Amino acid sequence: MNAVIHCENLVKTYDGKPPVEAVRGLNLAVLEGECFGLLGPNGAGKTTTIEIIEGLLAPTSGEVAVLGRHWGRGEDDDTIRQRIGISLQETKLSDKLTVRETIRLFRSFYRNGLEPEEALRRVALTEKGDSWVVKLSGGQRQRLAVACALVGDPHLLLLDEPTTGLDPQSRRQLWDIIRDIRTQGRTVLLTTHYMDEAERLCDRVAIVDHGQVIALGSPAELIARLGGEHMIEFTLKDNGAFDPATLNDLPSVQSAQKESGQYRLAVRELHVALPALLGRLQQTGQALSGLVTRHVSLEDVFVALTGRHLRDEESPKS
Amino acid sequence: MNEQQQPAPARRYSPLRELVLARLREFYREPEAVFWVYGFPILMVVALGIAFRNKPVEQIPVDVQDGSQAVEVKQLLEKDNRLLIRVHDEATCLSRWKSGKTDAVVMPLSGPGPRYRLLHDPTRLESQLARSLVNEQLTHPATSAESALVREDELQEPGSRYIDYLVPGLLGMSLMGGGLWGVGFVIVDMRIRKLLKRLLATPMKRGEFLAAIMISRLCFMVPEVLIMLGFTWLTFGVVIRGSLVALVFLVFLGAFAFAGIGLLVASRAKTMESVSGLMNLIMLPMWMLSGIFFSYERFPDVALPFIRLLPLTALNDALRAVMLEGQPLTAQWLRLGILTGWGVGSFVLALRWFRWQ
Ligand SMILES: Nc1ncnc2c1ncn2[C@@H]1O[C@H](COP(=O)(O)OP(=O)(O)O)[C@@H](O)[C@H]1O
Ligand SMILES: [Mg+2]
Repeated sequence: MNAVIHCENLVKTYDGKPPVEAVRGLNLAVLEGECFGLLGPNGAGKTTTIEIIEGLLAPTSGEVAVLGRHWGRGEDDDTIRQRIGISLQETKLSDKLTVRETIRLFRSFYRNGLEPEEALRRVALTEKGDSWVVKLSGGQRQRLAVACALVGDPHLLLLDEPTTGLDPQSRRQLWDIIRDIRTQGRTVLLTTHYMDEAERLCDRVAIVDHGQVIALGSPAELIARLGGEHMIEFTLKDNGAFDPATLNDLPSVQSAQKESGQYRLAVRELHVALPALLGRLQQTGQALSGLVTRHVSLEDVFVALTGRHLRDEESPKS
Repeated sequence: MNEQQQPAPARRYSPLRELVLARLREFYREPEAVFWVYGFPILMVVALGIAFRNKPVEQIPVDVQDGSQAVEVKQLLEKDNRLLIRVHDEATCLSRWKSGKTDAVVMPLSGPGPRYRLLHDPTRLESQLARSLVNEQLTHPATSAESALVREDELQEPGSRYIDYLVPGLLGMSLMGGGLWGVGFVIVDMRIRKLLKRLLATPMKRGEFLAAIMISRLCFMVPEVLIMLGFTWLTFGVVIRGSLVALVFLVFLGAFAFAGIGLLVASRAKTMESVSGLMNLIMLPMWMLSGIFFSYERFPDVALPFIRLLPLTALNDALRAVMLEGQPLTAQWLRLGILTGWGVGSFVLALRWFRWQ
């Protein structure tokens, strides 16, 4: 398979006091036709990485190839630009232009591309064509941003946090649009800090933390690597304290952790592990105050790899 | 008819056209911006035109002491319509004099020697004016036109009034403000909104982007100038003595020079505060020095060569030469050179320093 994007040993250090090592030796290969997700918490270096790939930032060191070409080599820049479409994490398009005028403007920069009407149709904004951008909702603006990325009919789409800050319905609408793009044989690279987004949308995911890829694979593979497919979470009355490690020997339990009063077991077979757990708690005289079971998610993968949550930054707990 | 289905020819999109259109639309859909660019200079002309309109001849109060000759003296003095003559008794005259209600007092004398006593205060300008007017009337009454040494001509025709001086200055000032704000502010705003970065991620050509900014600025300027000249022509009768072509050329050259400076100011600025600060730093000295409201010739001689090198000075001088004196452009190579130098120089530097991201 052809790598549409190839990053080797990418390093980006922002000058400053102290200097910020945003990306530290990142390797990546995005294949033709896949939807690839960079998943990681805020500050992991996702935006920095994607902007280097977009040719908007120069890496401190390392190699980047996009569509087999390299930034800054003669004609390559224009060739790449003609064939990629991007949306930045934050762009304020002009408030007083209409949706259609905005799309036309972006269309005019590309030699070949979609008719503006077609781009509008693909993001379901046809009815809003004559509205000023300032009148759009958050979800509609984000769809307009995607339409601006689409209008040059790109081979490769790079979307930085396309659904951040949107309501669930708008997010699902955008997911449909992105799936649709992928179905048309385009390659998509997106960044997100929503694990459900990565799980549902991406063929492959690279989990990024502190500027490095710490895990790579399809969501199913990554989850399988945890060993268990299910998760049991429970809390005890009176904040009962006992060592989670003592639960490791229960049948079908893959790992056991405790975090701020909550016990979490990764288990392979729920119908085996659950009765065993209840028996053990009874034996040791612990009373449950709550218990839930659920499927393992990429969030659990991240926690298992780093001991932190994806959204730690936003809800300071630990 | 050809049966063969031809694919519809791909529609042509001109990025330059779309960029200029986008700027024009953004501008005209922002009523406040439209007011500041078009309305404000007009308000300024109106306010200044009213403040400095040619006032009716001011009358100078002079008192005459009552007595047998009072009526005769009053008639004599009233031949000069600038004098406002009142007759009062001696005590009243003196008290009015002391309280400054009158600028001079004439007391007819009897007996040998001088025929009149004239009270005046050499330290008060109005009093000196009153003194010389009174003197003139009492000592040389009814000078005939033939015997006069000086022929007096009153000049109040269009072209030499204050408003005529003011309009080219205001025109230059609004070209400066429009160029700096219209270019500098817009670019910094786009940079802050990350729109500049977004555009850069497309195959857009940077030169076309900058050209579009300059072209749209020139487009905004045309109505600006037309409104200003049309308005002052209709209300104050301000006329253009020189060639219209020369004026149009100057206006475009001035707009280009200031748009270049605006681009330079915006080339690195990352915040609105820094760009506004820089703009004021550049505009303030020119507001004061470049002869908008009064002639810069009043500044010390050593400063004049430097003042003349300022772009607004060159523009104002050239505009006045064309509008007021009807000079051709060929008489002003130096000014045209200064303006071109500023425009080209700042454009080149701006291109070199421009921070796209
Ligand atoms: N322009 C910059 N200057 C200095 N530090 C930066 C800059 N941009 C990002 N950073 C820092 O680099 C790190 C990675 O940021 P970013 O790539 O935006 O992460 P993400 O998109 O994953 O949230 C963060 O610690 C951030 O504070
Ligand atoms: Mg980011």
